[in-house]
Amino acid sequence: MKTILSEQQVALTVKRLAHQVLEQHLKLDNTVIIGLQPRGIFLSDRMVHELSALVEPASISYGKLDITFYRDDVRTELHVANKTDIPFSIEGKQVVLIDDVLWTGRTIRAALDALLDFGRPSKVELCVLIDRRFNRQLPIQPDYTGRAIDTITTQKVKVFWKEKDGTDCVELIS
Amino acid sequence: MKLSTKHLLGIKDLTTEDIQLILSTATNFKDVLQRPVKKVPSLRDVTIVNLFYENSTRTRFSFELAEKRLSADTLNFAASNSSAAKGETLLDTVNNILSMKVDMVVMRHSASGAPHFLSKHIPAAIINAGDGINEHPTQALLDAFSMIEKFGSLKGLKVAIIGDIMHSRVALSNIYLLKKMGAEIMVAGPPTLIPKYITEALGVRVEYNVKNALQWCDVANVLRIQLERQNQPLFSSLREYNLAYGISRKLLESIGKEITIMHPGPINRGVELDSDVADGPSSIVLNQVENGVAVRMAVLYLLSGT
Repeated sequence: MKTILSEQQVALTVKRLAHQVLEQHLKLDNTVIIGLQPRGIFLSDRMVHELSALVEPASISYGKLDITFYRDDVRTELHVANKTDIPFSIEGKQVVLIDDVLWTGRTIRAALDALLDFGRPSKVELCVLIDRRFNRQLPIQPDYTGRAIDTITTQKVKVFWKEKDGTDCVELIS
Repeated sequence: MKLSTKHLLGIKDLTTEDIQLILSTATNFKDVLQRPVKKVPSLRDVTIVNLFYENSTRTRFSFELAEKRLSADTLNFAASNSSAAKGETLLDTVNNILSMKVDMVVMRHSASGAPHFLSKHIPAAIINAGDGINEHPTQALLDAFSMIEKFGSLKGLKVAIIGDIMHSRVALSNIYLLKKMGAEIMVAGPPTLIPKYITEALGVRVEYNVKNALQWCDVANVLRIQLERQNQPLFSSLREYNLAYGISRKLLESIGKEITIMHPGPINRGVELDSDVADGPSSIVLNQVENGVAVRMAVLYLLSGT
């Protein structure tokens, strides 16, 4: 087991990602933040918290998207669904999708399908805490990356969040 | 996470966890049904046959819509205009349909136990959409979903099931489910339509006076008189049944408390339920129908993975 990000590094990385998103979008009046259920929500909650210190909190549109029914592995494994909560229109908006780990790209593929059922955004960007960059099975790349790491498929990356797991850190399990 | 069973033959075979999983998944599907695109691609590689050997409007449409909202391909079978009318056996019909690469069977049959029989002979997942006087599991699940939506929980909820208990598969499935989920159950109706020993067998209260039942309950699930299953006269006339056991606005007002009215449909207006009650503010009959699609989506989704 190897620590990729310590508690302090997680905090700094989240702060940086929030600043990078703001750098691209400046004002968030035409941008919506969408966290992916279940574990992307911890990151998106933190980022929205950081962003609300930088811009007018009322200007942030923040939703949560569950992709369970859009997965391509329904036949092999059933997952428990979570709540989707997008209380605004995404039509013509710039969407920043947020997830904890980008690995094969299949979750993001499903998320794009799910997202398009809510309308036609003008642009979709992807923000992840960890990018396992050499394991992609689909042509999907992040726009904002916390830390890119090189892993082999048999390894596991585990992201711990204080709210759920009692501590903030990212570990590589071989 | 999956169900403990491969088929949905009856509530009797489900665990409490199964019921909770179906109901919580149905909540997610109800959300899907409120969206601009009321459809998800989960079952796009699944073909489902709706095998209806007995008439149905609500249940068949509800299943068909649920299948379409999940992107499944559907086939519809009605016994009256099929080869069953030429004498083909149930097993032959189903095996022929399955040889065309069909993955799941939704089935209604007038013989109790028909889906159980089928489940021993075919590999596909079977969902019971009502078998004779035995069970109608998806109806009980959608009734539970509608009650939870209104009351938050089934625990300790007082539910009176009123009417033709003897011939009702809705009653039996509801009793099994409500018992597993901790509700209190009373059955009420004429003595000829309530099975003997039902208290000993199922642990429900019995009441022959509808007014007393209404005074006791929070929810009244009113059932249809199943004339097609009664081969001897069990009460003198529909008019008399209405006078003694029918639920009217006047009767409800005389109780002096709010009671939620449910009915699985089709309603015989003026027999078990008067129109001003069926369409009144305390009726959640149409919510039941709406929730039916979400609940059936959950069942189909959860059984498709096995």
